[in-house]
Amino acid sequence: MSILGNRVQRREDPKFLTTGGVYGDDLKIEGALWATFVRSTMAHARLTSLDVTEARNRPGVVAIYTGEDVDLPPVPAGLPGVPDVMARPVLAKGVVRFVGEAVAVVLTEERYQGEDAAESVFVDYEPLPAVVDPVSALTGDVLLFPEHGSNVAVPMNEPQAEDFFDGCEVVVRHRLINQRVAPCPLEVRSGAAMWEGDRVIQYASNQAPHGAKAAIAGLYGLEADRVRVIAPDVGGGFGAKIGLYVEDLILPWLAKAAGRPVHWTETRSESMLALGHGRAQVQDVAIGGSRDGKVEAYRLEVVQDAGAYPSLGSFLPALTRLMTSGTYDIPKVEFSAASMVTNTTPTVAYRGAGRPEATAAIERAMDLFAAEIGMDPAEVRKRNVVANDKFPFTTPTGTVYDIGDYGGAIDLALQASDYQALRAEQATRRSSGDTTQIGIGVSSYVEITNGAGPPGEYAKVEILPGGKARVYTGTSPHGQGHETAWTMLASEQLGIPMEDIEFVANDTDLVPEGGGTMGSRSLQSGGLAVHEASIALVDKAAKLAAELLEANADDVVLDKVGGRFHVAGTPAVGRSWAELAEAAGDDGDALVVAHSSSPAGPTFPFGAHVAVVEVDTDTGRVKLTRLVAVDDAGTIVNPLLAEGQRHGGLAQGAAQALMEEVRYDDDGNPVTSNLADYAMISATELPSFELVAMATPTPINALGAKGIGESGTIGSTPAVQSAVVDALAHLGVRHIDMPATPERVWRAVAAAQSTAAE
Amino acid sequence: MKITTTVNGEQRDSEVEPRLLLVHYLRDVLGLTGTNVGCDTSSCGACTVLLDGESVKSCTVLAAQADGSSITTIEGLAGPDRMHPVQEAFQEHHGLQCGYCTPGMVMAAVSLIEEVPDLDEAKVREGLEGNLCRCTGYHNIVKAVLAAAKTPARSAS
Repeated sequence: MSILGNRVQRREDPKFLTTGGVYGDDLKIEGALWATFVRSTMAHARLTSLDVTEARNRPGVVAIYTGEDVDLPPVPAGLPGVPDVMARPVLAKGVVRFVGEAVAVVLTEERYQGEDAAESVFVDYEPLPAVVDPVSALTGDVLLFPEHGSNVAVPMNEPQAEDFFDGCEVVVRHRLINQRVAPCPLEVRSGAAMWEGDRVIQYASNQAPHGAKAAIAGLYGLEADRVRVIAPDVGGGFGAKIGLYVEDLILPWLAKAAGRPVHWTETRSESMLALGHGRAQVQDVAIGGSRDGKVEAYRLEVVQDAGAYPSLGSFLPALTRLMTSGTYDIPKVEFSAASMVTNTTPTVAYRGAGRPEATAAIERAMDLFAAEIGMDPAEVRKRNVVANDKFPFTTPTGTVYDIGDYGGAIDLALQASDYQALRAEQATRRSSGDTTQIGIGVSSYVEITNGAGPPGEYAKVEILPGGKARVYTGTSPHGQGHETAWTMLASEQLGIPMEDIEFVANDTDLVPEGGGTMGSRSLQSGGLAVHEASIALVDKAAKLAAELLEANADDVVLDKVGGRFHVAGTPAVGRSWAELAEAAGDDGDALVVAHSSSPAGPTFPFGAHVAVVEVDTDTGRVKLTRLVAVDDAGTIVNPLLAEGQRHGGLAQGAAQALMEEVRYDDDGNPVTSNLADYAMISATELPSFELVAMATPTPINALGAKGIGESGTIGSTPAVQSAVVDALAHLGVRHIDMPATPERVWRAVAAAQSTAAE
Repeated sequence: MKITTTVNGEQRDSEVEPRLLLVHYLRDVLGLTGTNVGCDTSSCGACTVLLDGESVKSCTVLAAQADGSSITTIEGLAGPDRMHPVQEAFQEHHGLQCGYCTPGMVMAAVSLIEEVPDLDEAKVREGLEGNLCRCTGYHNIVKAVLAAAKTPARSAS
């Protein structure tokens, strides 16, 4: 019987539950100094002087370095189109461009001493005007990099047709704010660096150790084999820990300068300023179609806030563009974008990275269109989704969707939520004038997974003496449960119990290459590689068994129940994995397969969500009461893990819709710079989720698996947002920007009532 | 200053700075790194431990204030080789992913189950409001706590 598809409990868990994981801050590094960064308190200013005299005399201070001391080159974005001049200095030099930018670093014997000393570094700033939002940045009145001549980090303008909406009976336009949010992994960034001879060993709380290794080697001009990166247990990443940050990158320099290992952990208040933020798009949507509900033209124009130094955030519009038209078969689609630098924290990938933004835009546009023609939003969606017989389907922006049943997903979500009954309840409350109104939001989504970077991944599977096995992977698990899922995949092919399969990841000396974990890529690339390597290993072992059994290799089969090879039809005589391992002896290659998968391309998970909210029309308070999610990720290896991914995603989507927003004042001072000010969602603001199973295997890979890490977020964000708007639709409210805080909702109600009174 | 505590059943005598937080005492002085730090505003609950049987955020307590007290951390809840019913329920119901909030979440749950006799979903959610998790969406944590509350061995701590 197959182990795949079963709710196998995580073998990672006992450690985390009894002694706790070993995260970056938990590392015990002999002789290490603590690094503490001094950070800019100004959004945009000239650094006129940095006085470290007093700080040098504080207890435990070993060294203090400023941007003038550090001879590392600026760190480029490493993305196509970003001007070199926007590369980020490791420590600010001459100018600071956001609050939280590192201007100096203090090395101390103990952690507390670092905070004390950092407070004694006196920095003189000559303030410059700040530009805080990306639309204002377009004017160029304030330039972050005057030598570049504009604030445009990445232009993406495509020609726009003047007659684009000709023939449409209805055209609706709206500006949508997809607000800046903080990824908030529970573990902040932490790391350490030390030199062993001419080799640097770096620990990093990171999602892609091999990428980190390349970044360090590149910055320091080292051969790759002189860098080892280890990601210890990582307490969540959500995209924000894909790349290394300047605080990580400077550690080897500090360790070299001090002649001792250097250990660093930021505080949460630092993390809220210096870990990258997500989303941050201003979107102008325009949607046109017929009064009978057929959408004929859709245009999305994006202004992306890249923050002060372009990083992955500046690349998000490229991902948004891929998914512009969502699940819909729209004849005409246009997209354009510009990524702008502003005096704010740089933006990066955050759960969904560009795709939630695309989905939010098209889904809100569909609701606006539905409201304009007076049609049920679910019905409008069903009339426009790509028909099942059109896959593989190429969208007007050139994306090729693998397979889907978008209408089926909507139907499932409507049934599971009892949509008609919800509408009836809503009608009752509206007619009674109840101050607690209910709103129903429907979203239909498709997203791209494993869509950025090379689609393949490395795996190695080997048999150990005694007949156990070991799996190596280039993915970089940090909560996803790869150890459980990958050993399930190997066990399935090898016939070796999961508990006898070791798992190795997250160390570039132990795993030669890897793409890491991001973009919902891991199962379909890394899991696939383990699956394929295991099959190849069985083939290899069968040949060895055939020699020992003096049989034809084609006749030898593996009895997976006992993990034993024998000639088909004569099970009495055979060889176990242990016997094969012994026979292989010193031949290191005999029972090892290293393999890189090469899936045909990205995959396109899809689904539909229904959210139900209660809105108090007197106070604006919103309560999310139900979230029904149909998420089709193809074949599921372990439903327990897949559901966990969906839950987390749903919560983060609801969080963006209702609560979370990174905010700055007009001068670029952050006003949400810790977890007391930033409204990170808690258990009380969420219901238990209602998950509905749907599985349409993809033809793209042998597992039939699509990504599941980000679907929950992508589908739920617009469903929840639209539910809030829907609750107030009878008052004339058409749109409320995220997050739908009580104040925003109350203002929307008040505005609608005053309009109605006129 | 000198303090004496009983941590996970073992008496510990330590010389500490008056300003040292309990969480840093546990982590840096005693080496009990199971308890994590997730914020600096007492918002996240990752550092939750039991102080004389009641859950506290150990970033909000000075080590000096714990002088003479008994402290239980995740390492001492059941020991390294076995699990408390709450720990078991977290595994069974997949109530953890990255594991970072987990020690604090488990300790808060243990305390909640002790303190509230008739837990239901709403009470669990309210009781864990001060413990943040970014991975699970709380769904399976709530499930695990409700399941643990029903197990007969609920007084095992």
